[in-house]
Amino acid sequence: MMDDMKLVYLAIPLVCLFAALVAGVFGRQIGRVGAHSITVAGVAIAFVLSLYVYLDVLAGNTFNGTVYVWGISDNFPFEVGFLIDSLTATMMVIVTFVSLMVHIYTIGYMHDDPGYQRFFSYISLFTFAMLMLVMSNNFLQLFFGWELVGLVSYLLIGFWYTRDTAIYANMKAFLVNRVGDLGFLIGIAAIYATFGTLDYNAVFASVPEVLGQTIEILPGSEWSIISFICIMLFIGAMGKSAQVPLHVWLPDSMEGPTPISALIHAATMVTAGIFMVARTSPLFEFSETALSLVMIIGAITAFFMALLGLVQNDIKRVVAYSTLSQLGYMTVGLGASGYAASIFHLGTHAFFKALLFLAAGSVIIAMHHEQDMRKMGGLRKFLPWTYITAVIGSLALAGIPPFSGFFSKDLIIESVHHSELFGSGFAYAAVLSGVGLTAFYSFRLVFMTFHGRPRMDQHTLQHLKESPTVVILPLILLAIPSMFAGALFMNPMVFSDFFSGAIFVLPQHDVIGAIAEDYQGKSGMAVVFGFMLHGILQPPFWLAAGGVVLAWLFYIRMPELPGKLVASVKPLYTLLMNKYYIDDFNQKFFADGTVAVGRLMSKYGDTIFIDGWLVNGTAKAVGYFSRVLKPLQSGLVNHFAFAMIIGLLVLMTWFIKVN
Amino acid sequence: MIALSDYLILGAILFAISVAGIYLNRKNVIILLMSIELMLLAVNLNFIAFSHYLNDLAGQVFVFFILTVAAAESAIGLAIIIVLFRRRHTINIEDLDTLKG
Repeated sequence: MMDDMKLVYLAIPLVCLFAALVAGVFGRQIGRVGAHSITVAGVAIAFVLSLYVYLDVLAGNTFNGTVYVWGISDNFPFEVGFLIDSLTATMMVIVTFVSLMVHIYTIGYMHDDPGYQRFFSYISLFTFAMLMLVMSNNFLQLFFGWELVGLVSYLLIGFWYTRDTAIYANMKAFLVNRVGDLGFLIGIAAIYATFGTLDYNAVFASVPEVLGQTIEILPGSEWSIISFICIMLFIGAMGKSAQVPLHVWLPDSMEGPTPISALIHAATMVTAGIFMVARTSPLFEFSETALSLVMIIGAITAFFMALLGLVQNDIKRVVAYSTLSQLGYMTVGLGASGYAASIFHLGTHAFFKALLFLAAGSVIIAMHHEQDMRKMGGLRKFLPWTYITAVIGSLALAGIPPFSGFFSKDLIIESVHHSELFGSGFAYAAVLSGVGLTAFYSFRLVFMTFHGRPRMDQHTLQHLKESPTVVILPLILLAIPSMFAGALFMNPMVFSDFFSGAIFVLPQHDVIGAIAEDYQGKSGMAVVFGFMLHGILQPPFWLAAGGVVLAWLFYIRMPELPGKLVASVKPLYTLLMNKYYIDDFNQKFFADGTVAVGRLMSKYGDTIFIDGWLVNGTAKAVGYFSRVLKPLQSGLVNHFAFAMIIGLLVLMTWFIKVN
Repeated sequence: MIALSDYLILGAILFAISVAGIYLNRKNVIILLMSIELMLLAVNLNFIAFSHYLNDLAGQVFVFFILTVAAAESAIGLAIIIVLFRRRHTINIEDLDTLKG
């Protein structure tokens, strides 16, 4: 039985890799239909097997073992291994499900694209990478998956490689991720230096032994080694999960085709950081410094990125900023030790955010690749299915009960409320006000796109039609979990001991336990209704409802209001339109600064020092000395003879003196 | 009584004169040849002085060898000078600077 399961575990990522290779290498031979058939079949198999693994884990079977030893260096084994537990299985199901939906959707979305096979190859490769990342049982393989998803993300953002903006965006994403990855790599190195192993369970088991140890980073400042490791790991998570200030790459990554925005930049890759922190919870739990940092960074991201979502006019960018904000929520949840709540939100968010992105993509197809919401409006009549699913996604995102987002987001907010760590007050205020903003911008999107009078030109208006079935089907399939996943999975996932073997929480940080106390002893549905009733009486619900009403007021009832408001808070609006000037700062300080340093180096280091002094200087010195020495070479025999005698004298003197 | 050092000093003076002759002479290759001969004689003087002083005849035997070789060398040297004069029509040292390259 164990060996059978081992084969299943192996098959899940490898079938995706196989499909990616076939579609990539033999794309020309197998054609368009062949490419999408094999990749969709591959990821469908992976999804079914993941479900099987999930059920197997529910039945109590976990697995931790090495599958393959890649190499041994200085007695340190580089291993490929799997750790299959509740956390992994949950992630596997989410990843393969969203990936399957995106694969199907892509058949319709990329229909006319010349890079069809290449695209399918990339997204299957991405699924492989993400699965390797979540299934890993050691930090090395985690890093491998981490870098591979980064690489595929780079390839996909720049998929339309003839566009300058796409090339700029993928380079930016790659470079910003390098900053985070450096921290992550330092964290992994610190783990190896401290624990002497990279295996998860071995590391987690010996955490208590190193609690008191400190490390001197700068002379005179002692850090707890656990805090140092956690902060470095979290810097990696900040890069991948786009937390302030390493968030700048995510909005620009919207240059890529919409399906990858849904798959990579909403549902899966960006959640790798959240997953990683939850996975390393046995480390983070012992560092309140790191937890506070996680919570504060998350709160800043959740609130300030939501503000940016308010002023965007590009339909995909609104969704991108909402993704940033929701990732901030998950990070806050992690910081408050509500890991289960964060993973829960990760799951529901994956569904409704992938749904919103794909719906946005459906709108973009209908609008002939116009993404500006100011040129949309009134699409409700033309795209009924897209409209309904987008509204479901928005309701889930806004956190209106009983949609899935309500449960997961409320759990995070409640977790922060119960947290007593430094910064939890600030984080609570940020996530609470973020709820109103979330509801406002998500319904601003719905109202601007689907309601009101049509603002597009006559030609586009006449050609408006609903997207094909392959596009609509994934929307519907994603809308279902967006509606029900919250209510269905909250009790069994968060309030039970589902994650007890995978996530570790210290008793004094057990915020989920504190929330669960209210529902002690109640049965499944009673908990769900109790939670909903409790939620409706809390400020988050009213803030969300207020946001929706405000959006309606602004964009349906009195469309002249936004203009007036903008005029009255001009400086704030300018600040938001310029994204807090972070991009400009990065451009001025890091990009231009690097260029300036390079220019300085080129001028003083290269031109003057190396070329001027070392290379030309050597030649000049030789020339100078030869000019000085040249008269000695008179060519006169008697001078040579004299030189010989002098030389003889010198040698004799030396001979006599030495002996 | 004439001491050994007197001979050696005389040898050294002769040697120094010949070195100066080689270096200072700018006009004539024959003088160069003469200076070399003088140098060899200065060395011979040293040999004889040491030979007498150490009661070892090997030094004096060596002098004969040197004289023989010196004679041969002068002959070759003069022959070279004659050939040189035939080709270049001069034996002025300052004109013979083709070794400069």
